Amino acid sequence: MISAELIDLAYLVASVLFIMALKGLTHPRYAVRGNLYGAIGMLIATVATMLAADLDFTWIIIGMVVGTAAGIWYAVKTKMTAMPQLVALLNGYGGGSSLLVAGVELAMRPDTPPMELIATAASGLIGAVTFSGSFVAYAKLEEMKIARDLRLPGQQAINGLLVVLCLAASVGLYLQPHWIALYWLIVVLSLVLGFFLVIGIGGADMPVVISLLNSYSGMAAAATGFVLSNNVLIISGALVGASGIILTQIMCVAMNRSLSNVLFGASGGGSAAFSKQEVDAVYATVKSTSPEEVAMMLEVASRVVIIPGYGMAVSQAQHAVSDLTEALMERQITVEFGIHPVAGRMPGHMNVLLAEADIPYELLKEMDEINSTMEQCDVAIVLGANDVVNPVARQASNSPIAGMPIINVDKARTVIIIKRSLSPGFAQIPNPLFAAENSLMLYGDGRHAIVEILNALQGK
Amino acid sequence: MPMFENLMIMAVDMSAVSPVRLLTIFVLGIYIGVEVIAKIPPTLHTPLMSGSNAISGITLIGAILSAGQGNVVTMKILGGIAVAFAMINVVGGFLVTHRMLGMFQKKK
Repeated sequence: MISAELIDLAYLVASVLFIMALKGLTHPRYAVRGNLYGAIGMLIATVATMLAADLDFTWIIIGMVVGTAAGIWYAVKTKMTAMPQLVALLNGYGGGSSLLVAGVELAMRPDTPPMELIATAASGLIGAVTFSGSFVAYAKLEEMKIARDLRLPGQQAINGLLVVLCLAASVGLYLQPHWIALYWLIVVLSLVLGFFLVIGIGGADMPVVISLLNSYSGMAAAATGFVLSNNVLIISGALVGASGIILTQIMCVAMNRSLSNVLFGASGGGSAAFSKQEVDAVYATVKSTSPEEVAMMLEVASRVVIIPGYGMAVSQAQHAVSDLTEALMERQITVEFGIHPVAGRMPGHMNVLLAEADIPYELLKEMDEINSTMEQCDVAIVLGANDVVNPVARQASNSPIAGMPIINVDKARTVIIIKRSLSPGFAQIPNPLFAAENSLMLYGDGRHAIVEILNALQGK
Repeated sequence: MPMFENLMIMAVDMSAVSPVRLLTIFVLGIYIGVEVIAKIPPTLHTPLMSGSNAISGITLIGAILSAGQGNVVTMKILGGIAVAFAMINVVGGFLVTHRMLGMFQKKK
């Protein structure tokens, strides 16, 4: 056993290493090293804790073996396209761990001070919402049938009632700390609340939900830190909480929607349903093209911009895109990628997929940067994206996506849209881009279409 | 074990730390987090999420104490489950972040 000072010192070192880990992520070059710092910090904090008190290691070791095995399995087996699902699960486990620790602490300490009771209730509430919410998010991302968008009549009233009941149980716990059952009541109510909060949210809003749950998992850890009066838990929880908040904010701005609109508003634009005639009118002048024609256009282009969306992830097209990029660059054609912040199902989703396919990150441009040079683009290829390139966002003020910043592909000389059909995107609105004068539709599966273009380009 | 008792007294003392002091640490932590994370480029936002997941696995140290102290078996089992959950975060989070970041490295 070591002295409490030494343990606190170890926690301080761990906290600094965690901050360095996040700082490393400011550039891909330092990021791997930063991640190692984080892991070392975790090791130091863990070892110090195990030396801190006279512990019975039976359940600690069982938990560690199971958790390590599952962790390795998740980390190695998860495909890059399924990264949003994994992050959702990890958020959930973090919340679950926090709520259990707070619950055990409450049961073991007979005289919990009042402030800690508040932290305990907060830990149970946030931890449980994170836990159930994350598993619902996981199910939705996996497109499981049970996780279809569901909204009961008066859903907001039900959620409100659950919140009120949670608060009431928290007050009860504060007044009667010995009624430990009240804590588990908070947990159960919050589990239901987390379920309802996420079940109604549609797929394209997932980047916001995952970011928010990420923040919650940090906040739950921080609340547990308050319960245990433990600095490293509070600092780490605060760091993760802040990270999630910033990402949530970025995602909301990128959709021009408030957080409450995403969480409680109608998912997608269901209210603005379009009649078949209206849709047909928008699509009256759609022209389609063939892979061979696209290949010919690419051959004479000097600058090509590719705009990937969730469709690229679904069709696993990233490796084919990488091959095409390489073939174009061999022909001295400039290739760049325009990445919309909410493309895909989580922040940075497209970037990870393109990195997996060995596409240098220098080619990946943020929305503002690519928009400023869109007029100098000869061919823009939209691959599995829809709402994030819909010019309606710039014009119609009554549209569900009005004011949402988009990638201005319509400003390119020629736009190729690779898509299975003219079906609408998540916002359920037609996209006039498809019928624009400089647009050509290439119908088909994303990966298949890219491979065919590449074959045509190479004269196969 | 006198040392252990000593430690327990210290632990009790620590719990008597004014909540405002803990709040100070929390607020400063948020501030540092915002400062650092605002500079992270969008390209690394997915590794940021998985990496911060790993860091939030720090609840592991609380879970270790839950699973190893006291003599109520139910509580120890709950603590053990908490250890497993936190460990998934730590191991899964750091490993998958490492795997992802490796793909962002310059290819030779």
